[in-house]
Amino acid sequence: MRKSWIVPTAYIAFLMLPIYWLVNMSFKTTNEILGGFSLYPKEFTLDNYVTIFTDPTWYMGYVNSLTYVGINTVLSVAVALPAAYAFSRYRFVGDKHLFFWLLTNRMAPPAVFALPFFQLYSAVGLFDTHIAVALSHTLFNIPLAVWILEGFMSGVPKELDETAYVDGHSFWGFFLKIFIPTIAAGIGVACFFCFMFSWVELLLAKTLTAVEAKPIAATMTRTASTSGYELGLLAAAGTLTIVPGAFVIYFVRNYIAKGFALGRV
Amino acid sequence: MNKTVNQKAWLFVLPVFVLVAFNAIIPLMTVVNYSVQETFGDNTFFWSGVLWFEEVLNSERFHDSLFRQLMFTFSILAIEIPLGIAIALTMPRKGPWVPVCLVLMALPLLIPWNVVGAMWNIFALPDIGFLGYVLNALGFDYNFTRQPGDAWFTLILMDVWHWTSLVVLLSYAGLVSIPDAYYQAAKIDGAKGWAIFRHIQLPKMKRVLTIAVLLRFMDSFMIYTEASVLTGGGPGNSTTVLSIDLVKIALGQFDLGPAAAMSLIYFLIILLLSWVFYTLMMRNEES
Repeated sequence: MRKSWIVPTAYIAFLMLPIYWLVNMSFKTTNEILGGFSLYPKEFTLDNYVTIFTDPTWYMGYVNSLTYVGINTVLSVAVALPAAYAFSRYRFVGDKHLFFWLLTNRMAPPAVFALPFFQLYSAVGLFDTHIAVALSHTLFNIPLAVWILEGFMSGVPKELDETAYVDGHSFWGFFLKIFIPTIAAGIGVACFFCFMFSWVELLLAKTLTAVEAKPIAATMTRTASTSGYELGLLAAAGTLTIVPGAFVIYFVRNYIAKGFALGRV
Repeated sequence: MNKTVNQKAWLFVLPVFVLVAFNAIIPLMTVVNYSVQETFGDNTFFWSGVLWFEEVLNSERFHDSLFRQLMFTFSILAIEIPLGIAIALTMPRKGPWVPVCLVLMALPLLIPWNVVGAMWNIFALPDIGFLGYVLNALGFDYNFTRQPGDAWFTLILMDVWHWTSLVVLLSYAGLVSIPDAYYQAAKIDGAKGWAIFRHIQLPKMKRVLTIAVLLRFMDSFMIYTEASVLTGGGPGNSTTVLSIDLVKIALGQFDLGPAAAMSLIYFLIILLLSWVFYTLMMRNEES
């Protein structure tokens, strides 16, 4: 068992290799990239990053993506909280069917919904807004948030609720002041997953936006097709899309560990 | 937990219901609507019944994409699930390395899918990519843009790279929830590695593993962005899985009827297989 660090280390090395390659390319000039194979940048350049931070079509992509991801995460978790509470505490007409129906939406392929979503959001006048993308991503994030939160809430004994009522708390007083802090780890995990699935999704985000709310990922695909093949720029933009995710994991790492300890995600 | 009957709970569920219904039911009805009609592109529609469904179900093209999809999904499940469990078993349980492992392993999960595709594309290019260059230098004739076998190899390797961590994290969650007393009892009984895994660790991981299998099944069945950026379904049609084929028909050729019928069949297949997993999971929980 002493040698057991070898497997995780090898696995992490395998995970880091393509990421290293991306970062490596982002510091090269396009000429050097196309010039041939090299393990590290020989003509180290920051030009690719400078372009991204000075050209609004580039950096606005990041702002747009983060905006709709933020709206989506807050919205999904906010509406999922009371719903998950209802599912974990009460029995009501159609509860099991409703729960399964919610989960089925997690199974809907975005490719199926791309065109109808475009028509729906155009019809209600939300096309090319951050709200449209945030709303469309609730399709798979709300079911996921309800699923995760329900798991955490079921782990909290019902006596907590009852004691609070006996102590004279109103329902909302109890829910906001006692219950929510109790399941903080669960909320952290739910936010993490909502952020993750909204941040990485592209098909719907691209379909529902044109200029104003265009996500960074879509900016990248456009660049790949119109301005030739600027690999260095593309690699730099790709590297920068990893940064917000890395930040989010770093901040929620303790919640994640704690959430995992509760045994359900 | 014994739950109280309370119909007012519907009020708590209502916001979720309204939002998801808006996003799910209206577009789904649009798809159903297209799937039973014929149009000549002038915004007039005719009833066509189940014509499109018959056409899709009988078309060789659909059978081929479905077959490729199943091949892909079962290959990655067969690799990622055992590999994920093996890595979770060897991970440290305590100490300063735990957060480091978790953060580094979770990293691929948070990279936008088209960036994953683009990253693997430049990583695997035969002339300037690390993977392609090394494989060719070792004497393999590797070119994922020309040879179907290489394209499949790259696609599966990319998915393993991208998603094995999810299985690792979930299995790990199951493992750390096992109390130490279980291991001590096993030690007293003289149980060794495999017996501990088979009788203590595996049963405790069953629940999270079912979630892992379910999530990996659903998501791999819907794979679109990474695959379309990496290979675009090529070379030829060799890696055209269901979503890629569907987008080609719907947005490329704008054949709304067949695309809609195919969407529904596609959705029903996922639903049916997920339902099987779901009921198995629930049965496990009850027993």
